[in-house]
Amino acid sequence: MSSAKKIRVDLALIAGMVQPRARVLDVGCADGQLVEHLIRAKQCDARGIEIDMDEVQRAIAHGLPVMQGDADTELVTYPDHAFDYVILSRTLQAVEQPREVLRQMLRISTHAIVSFPNFGHWSLRLQLLTRGRMPMTAGWNRMWYETPNIHPCTIKDFFALCDMDGYVVQDWLAADEEGRRTPWRRAPSLANLFGEQGLFLLRKA
Amino acid sequence: MDQTQGYTDFPHQSVTFPEGVALDCGRMLPSVTVAYRTYGTLNEAKSNAILICHALTGDQYVAEQNPETGRPGWWQRVVGPGAPVDTEKYFVICANVLGGCMGSTGPHSPHAEKPGALWGTDFPAITIHDMVRVQKRLIEHLGIQKLFAVVGGSMGGMQALSWAVQFPDMLFAAVPIAAAYYHSAQNIAFHEIGRQAIYADPGFKGGNYWAEGGRPERGLAVARMTAHITYVSEEALNRKFGRKLQNAEGISAFGEQFAVESYLQYQGSSFVQRFDANSYLAITRAMDLFDLSSEQAGELAGAFKGVKARFLLVSFSSDWLFPTAQSRAIARALNHVAANVSFVEVQSDKGHDAFLLDEPDFHATLRGFLNGCAEHAGLS
Repeated sequence: MSSAKKIRVDLALIAGMVQPRARVLDVGCADGQLVEHLIRAKQCDARGIEIDMDEVQRAIAHGLPVMQGDADTELVTYPDHAFDYVILSRTLQAVEQPREVLRQMLRISTHAIVSFPNFGHWSLRLQLLTRGRMPMTAGWNRMWYETPNIHPCTIKDFFALCDMDGYVVQDWLAADEEGRRTPWRRAPSLANLFGEQGLFLLRKA
Repeated sequence: MDQTQGYTDFPHQSVTFPEGVALDCGRMLPSVTVAYRTYGTLNEAKSNAILICHALTGDQYVAEQNPETGRPGWWQRVVGPGAPVDTEKYFVICANVLGGCMGSTGPHSPHAEKPGALWGTDFPAITIHDMVRVQKRLIEHLGIQKLFAVVGGSMGGMQALSWAVQFPDMLFAAVPIAAAYYHSAQNIAFHEIGRQAIYADPGFKGGNYWAEGGRPERGLAVARMTAHITYVSEEALNRKFGRKLQNAEGISAFGEQFAVESYLQYQGSSFVQRFDANSYLAITRAMDLFDLSSEQAGELAGAFKGVKARFLLVSFSSDWLFPTAQSRAIARALNHVAANVSFVEVQSDKGHDAFLLDEPDFHATLRGFLNGCAEHAGLS
């Protein structure tokens, strides 16, 4: 519980978007790795919500402020502008109502940081085209009838939703499976084809 | 006075506030004594104090043998050297609640207006908030301006909530465990059965049993038996007793038959040795009166406006007395005011009593939360 530890690459990319000393809520925070990093390395007032009770228990036992709850039902309980950033990392595709969750995120927070696996990646497109079955990759590795990822979308789809709901994409990038930055930044179409994950920093218009 | 009434004779460590305390009911208690115990050492900055709040029938002997019953401290698993509430690190205070019968002012204390008599049923109605106001006097008496944490289970959790709401600047963290922000109709109903059992005992004598040297033992025992059922889960009772017979010599409609019956009777009879019936009446009523949302038109979040403490809420999956939904409602109301909240439900089949028992996940959670808070408070 002392020095800042190394964190997962994709979490480091997210942390890079957060200003020091900000108020942050990490939705779907698992064992709280990012929460801890933001508290220690960036002096943030960071907290987490996690649906899995065992992860919550581990996080609290590690000294982190985490509460058990569901993104679909818990965000409505926070007041407007309670946070500077609300983070939803690799969870958007698994919530019941992604559009409503995004709306709530940008109600309770100035910024929203969202990452999700890109269903537009070429390998998924190719599998669907050639085999005619739901694609299976490292990131999409559960059968359609048991996957928790009930709302898959592509990077292009996400741009379209932001446009429709009036969110400003302040920053975005595509990343590979491990979360490393990939060089498709200035070209959404290429990012949509070659990026395994999309990462977006949004604010309200 | 009956000399067998052990709960009155022992010289418990205490402090008396002769100026008294104004109660929620509008009456004034002219003088208040608080019996308490402390463990560990208060640091120079007086910033490492943790107040433990006990439940309905608990007492101040949280981490040491109870001198009256000879039984181990009721939370020795949780409070002590190296325990989750580590007395090598924290200065721990535990006081017998107002209305109690282990040395603090209660129905068994001398009547303020009738020399030679005890309060008995003249004792004013008290509330959880009143209990906390009296604890605040003790904390100030000990020279502590701000508690590091207030921790309590069940009724103790109600007190932790009351602390956070009444005196937001006087605590850094609050830990209500297996608690609720109001006593439900079902909760009140179970208490009422207990109270009726006490009233129905001829030994109760309208509450004046103390004057004639008796006690409503049967009534108090039945009250305890009823309450005890609400503290355990169906699963735990089944695991312990199932349909095991106590009396295997044949079927009898009268007298004991099942093991669970003699277990309950034991719970009842051991309780009456240590607890005053009028105290039981006063404290159960205080719990029944508890509703944090009542002054906010039912909006709990309103009550939490201005809270500053960090919260840890813990519930237990098989607790049907103060179920998880209660803790979750508190967590959500705290979200409404953007308070810093940790909340977890611990898997356990032991029911409400789980908070007193060997629950490693709960203990690790509490320890971790306090460690995290200590770091933020600059204690480590």
